[in-house]
This record gives sequence, C-alpha cells and structure tokens, in this order.
Amino acid sequence: MNAVIDTVFAGTDVWSLAVIVGLAMVTVLARGFFMISNQPWQLPHWAQRGLQYAPIAALSAVVVPEIVMSQGELITTWQDARLFAAAAGVLIYFAKRDVLLTILGGMAVFLPLHLLLGW
Amino acid sequence: MFFHPKLFKHPEFKLGLRDIAPQAPGVAAWGLMTGVAMMKSGMSVFEAVAMTLLVFAGSSQLAAIPLLVAGAPAWVILATGFCVNLRFVVFSLHLRPFFMHLPRWERLTHAYVTADISYVLFTRRFHAPGQTPEEQRAQEAYMAGSDCLNWSSWMVSSLVGIVLANFIPPSWGLGFAGILCLLGIQCSLASSRMRILASAVAGVAAVVAYALPLKLNIVFAIAVAVVLCLTLERFKERSMSTPTPMQKGNTQTGGQHERRD
Repeated sequence: MNAVIDTVFAGTDVWSLAVIVGLAMVTVLARGFFMISNQPWQLPHWAQRGLQYAPIAALSAVVVPEIVMSQGELITTWQDARLFAAAAGVLIYFAKRDVLLTILGGMAVFLPLHLLLGW
Repeated sequence: MFFHPKLFKHPEFKLGLRDIAPQAPGVAAWGLMTGVAMMKSGMSVFEAVAMTLLVFAGSSQLAAIPLLVAGAPAWVILATGFCVNLRFVVFSLHLRPFFMHLPRWERLTHAYVTADISYVLFTRRFHAPGQTPEEQRAQEAYMAGSDCLNWSSWMVSSLVGIVLANFIPPSWGLGFAGILCLLGIQCSLASSRMRILASAVAGVAAVVAYALPLKLNIVFAIAVAVVLCLTLERFKERSMSTPTPMQKGNTQTGGQHERRD
C-alpha cells in the first residue's frame, strides 16, 4: 500500500499542483469569459482583433522550439526524427483536415526514425 | 451540470449524446495520447490525474507541460494557457445569450465543460436563443447531453493513458505526440494569411528569444506576433480608406475607428 502511495505521489510538488489549479481557473475564465458579468459588454476593438492572432501565435511559440531545438540550441543536423514527423503532420493535416490523423501519421514517421535509426 | 435530473431526463439530452457519439472515439484517442504525454514528460501520477480532472482543456494542458517541466514561473504558464484557450473566449461570446437566463454558477459550470466539439454541435443545431422556458430548458439539456459524453470519454481515456504510460519506456519519445497534437490544432487555426504570418513570426521569435530566462520567449513571441499583425491591419485599413472626394462615408467611419482605438 505504501509503495503504491509512494509511486503515485513521487515527484509531486506543491508548486506544480498550484499551477494546475491555476490552469483549471484559466479554463473556467476562458470558457465563461463573457458569461461572468450580468451586464452585456464588449471588448475594445484592438482586443477583439487580437483574439484572431493570439491563439495561433501561442501554439506556434510552444511548438516550434520543441521541434527545432534541443538542449537550448537550434539543431544543426537534418537527421532529427522530429523534423520529418512535423513535416508529415502538417502535410497530413492539410490533406485530411483531421488532428487525430495528424498525430497518428506524425508518430508513424517519428517512431521508426527515432527507434530504428536513433535520430 | 449534466447530472441534474431536469436535464438528463429531457429528450434533448439523448439527442445531444447521439449527435456527439461519432466524435467520441476521436476525443478518446486524443485523451489517451494526452494522458501518455503528461506522464512521459516527467509529471507525477498525482499531478497528471489532478491536471486531467481539473484543467479539462487538452491544448492548454499540452502547452503547459514543457513549461511546467522547465520550471517556468506560474504566470508565464497561466498566460500561455490562457492564450491557447482564447478561442473559448470567442465561443463564450457566442453562447452568452443562450445561457444568460441561468444563475451565474450554473452558466459558468456549463461553460467550463463545453469544449470545441460541443460548441460546434450546439451552434449548428440552435441558431437563436430559446424564447420560452421550455425552449431554454431543451437547449440546456442538449448541451448537457453532448458535454456529458465528451467529458466522460475524455476523462476515461486520459486516465487510461496515464496508467498505460507506465508500461512504455521514456526512450520511445511518445511525449512528442503531444507536440504533434498542438501542431494539428495550430494548422486548423491557420485560416487566413494574417494568421499564418502570426504563426510564422511567433515560431521564429520563440526560437530567437529562447535564451530569455523563465521561458519568457513564449510571452515575447506572442506579443511580437500579435502587435505586428494588429499594426499591419491598421496599415491595410488606412490604405483602403484613403479619403477621396467620392468616399465621404468611408472617411467618417475610418475617423470613428481611430477615436475608438
């Protein structure tokens, strides 16, 4: 029993849990943003326009470094499974318009290159 | 609030369940992958379970993982999560008139469990807010039904993923599936030239500014991309509304625009 409890909690720290609770509140805030106030109201024009660009910019800012960098440096080789997997993923998305197929197709490229060739 | 009898006994509840059923396997596969990705990025079981049960937003969960593991400050993680979630802000504006008759905590609970697919199905079925209490109840029940199946398939599959991850060696690099998922969502948002530009600028800026401490490169990249695109928009508007004697009306709206900004 103690071993199970140790495995479940191993590496858990209060700071991470606080961030997780914070992220849950971010979910409520974002999904209920215009339902919080009883008064109807509008965002300023610039903020409405900003909504067009911020989500894709945020995703790109997280995703691109995870594909083209390792240990804080831009990779200098093309022999990296992530590059091919990402390229395949983008192609598959625009061919099929399906996020799930993007993941499956990307991993189908990633795993052989990574596990068999060690890229 | 899908466990309220007045909702799950309503015929619209079943309809909501039925409409989202074809999407459930896709949601489950995505949840499974998110569960595995959380564990393979070095989160503890307890953290991964807490994140699954509380956060309930795949894209912000996946975006938070590398930041959490790198020890970025809380505000950077929360701000990134919020930016990734900004599409829901747009949805909430759309859904507001449908749920404003409810008390605040009830409508916020509905909003909390309404993810992308339920929103799409709901707005496809209902074009205008219900006028009578019966219509409002029917809409609420439909939303509750589709949220219910969406939520359950996400939760069950994520938890299964967390368990399965223990049997997969970290050297397989399965955490990369999470990045591919974000990449797919990113592609799905690339619906205009300006958005593609925002995406490209943010990607380059995040790499160039990678050396910034505290993962601030993410915040920096979002800011650069958004400011650049808004500035370009202003230029475009201005060049389109160049005052000519023929377009007096246009010039006036252009002027109002500037004052509002």
